Amino acid sequence: MFIQGKAVCLGSDIDTDQIIAGRYLRTKDRKHWAEHVFEDLDPSLAPRLRGAILMAGKNFGCGSSREQAAIALKEAGIVGVIAPFFARIFFRNAINVGLPVVECTCTCIDGSEVSADLTAGWVQVGEERIPACPLSPRMQSILEAGGLVEYGRIHP
Amino acid sequence: MVGTLSERILGGLASSYVDREVDRAYVHDGTGVLTLETWRMMGEKGPVNPERLAIIFDHIAPANTSLTANLQAELREFARAHAIPFSEVGEGIAHQIMSEGRVLPGEIVVGADSHSCTLGAFGAFATGMGATDMAAIWTSGMTWLRVPATIAIELTGKLQEPAEAKDVALTYVSSLGMDGATYCTLEFIGDGAATLSMSDRLTLCNLSVEAGAKAGLFYADTTTLRYLRKYGVAAESQSPEECTYYREIPLDLSTIEPVVAVPPRVDTVKPVSALAGTPIHQVFVGTCTNGRYTDLERFARIVRGKQVVIRTLVVPASRSVLLEATRTGVLADLVTAGCTVGIPGCGPCLGAHMGVLGEGEICLSTANRNFTNRMGVGGGIYLCSVATAAASSLTGCITPPGES
Ligand code: SF4
Repeated sequence: MFIQGKAVCLGSDIDTDQIIAGRYLRTKDRKHWAEHVFEDLDPSLAPRLRGAILMAGKNFGCGSSREQAAIALKEAGIVGVIAPFFARIFFRNAINVGLPVVECTCTCIDGSEVSADLTAGWVQVGEERIPACPLSPRMQSILEAGGLVEYGRIHP
Repeated sequence: MVGTLSERILGGLASSYVDREVDRAYVHDGTGVLTLETWRMMGEKGPVNPERLAIIFDHIAPANTSLTANLQAELREFARAHAIPFSEVGEGIAHQIMSEGRVLPGEIVVGADSHSCTLGAFGAFATGMGATDMAAIWTSGMTWLRVPATIAIELTGKLQEPAEAKDVALTYVSSLGMDGATYCTLEFIGDGAATLSMSDRLTLCNLSVEAGAKAGLFYADTTTLRYLRKYGVAAESQSPEECTYYREIPLDLSTIEPVVAVPPRVDTVKPVSALAGTPIHQVFVGTCTNGRYTDLERFARIVRGKQVVIRTLVVPASRSVLLEATRTGVLADLVTAGCTVGIPGCGPCLGAHMGVLGEGEICLSTANRNFTNRMGVGGGIYLCSVATAAASSLTGCITPPGES
């Protein structure tokens, strides 16, 4: 599986409250979550998210188990998230909703072209190619299907 | 099999993947809505073993808007239609309700909430997952888990007044860091463990996720069995075996001092004395960390016969807690001292309805999270023990226990 997009750099320990605040959770409207994604962290991020690859510091997605965080990122048009490592509940949620996540320690250059191969296990930022942790074949199939629900429809 | 307690419960060695039947699985009104939607998208299979599931209303309970009320009505009806044990608004926080005789040593427990790790206090493997994982559990009764490596926290000594379990929890989280136990499980071992009550153990396990841990466990011992017997539940104790820990961290309980976590990180921890005099606007006592009867009783003992000088919200973790506080007179003491008592549940903890902070306001809270804006945009949260919260409610600024 291969992803590419424009890099948006983020810091370490971004918690799920910062991805989507608790006050926006009481709805089933996925667009509503996408509209408010990162609102408290940095309102200027929103217009840059479609087609972007988030390159975050360590422990991305820590805190609350709210799956709405992963859904909000996906609905906002984010292609994938790269971080040295993720908080474990967020990591599971991301795979389950079909949001590619890549574990890799690499330097982010804001606005640069980034690509990642989740099968071979590398991330390329500008000219530089850095090894990354590949995902298992099943995880890749879940991502390719668009999430666990869609995967279940294909593999009943 | 031999191994750490987590390895024994999960039946696999660290780093291996296992597929397991889930003994207990619960959601609350916050995560339940999305779980239900996902379960429907998955083809409405089951739910398998409905008697092992639970739906508990605690997050925005009672509902704050018509939209919330409608979503909750749907979930309530689903629980009824499938005979899933259901806890109505006001019965309490999911983790607390599960801790009142519903979780046994050795069980695999999954909650759709990050603080499900609280229930490791009973020697169960309890962990949080998201809505899709939970929907898959409803559908199949099973889940996959990667067996985590174990960090042993070796407790020695005994807590000295006025230090509390919460101070121990904040201290270990600060020494591990917010990501220091990511993908790992914490096991609290050593002679010091026996000196801690069930309430203390629940508090310690509750914060394990704040260091990134998948679970936090105590071995079930005579204290555990005595506690469970109160709820009419019989269980067996567990004892340690030869095993390999990924890391061992010694922690002498007798050296623990009252501390405060400074916003916006749980792992920025300082002695209360270093922050003494910091002005606060609200005190909040409650949550799945410190909303148990022992916490309310401790708070009442400190404010009894005095008056709080700032708004002080006390929210019992469950109806049983509220009932006990009513019977023993603790509730009357709190109200007489000027505290506002809320409906059992999460209350202001997640900043979604009551007790929201305004711009620049500071809350001193007994909860477990102080992320930016969690309790309201522009507000700050300092986390502390019950005794520190009580002392500070009497002065209006951060005050070391015993000095108000
Ligand atoms: S009390 Fe707070 S931390 Fe505990 S479950 Fe409720 S919202 Fe989460």
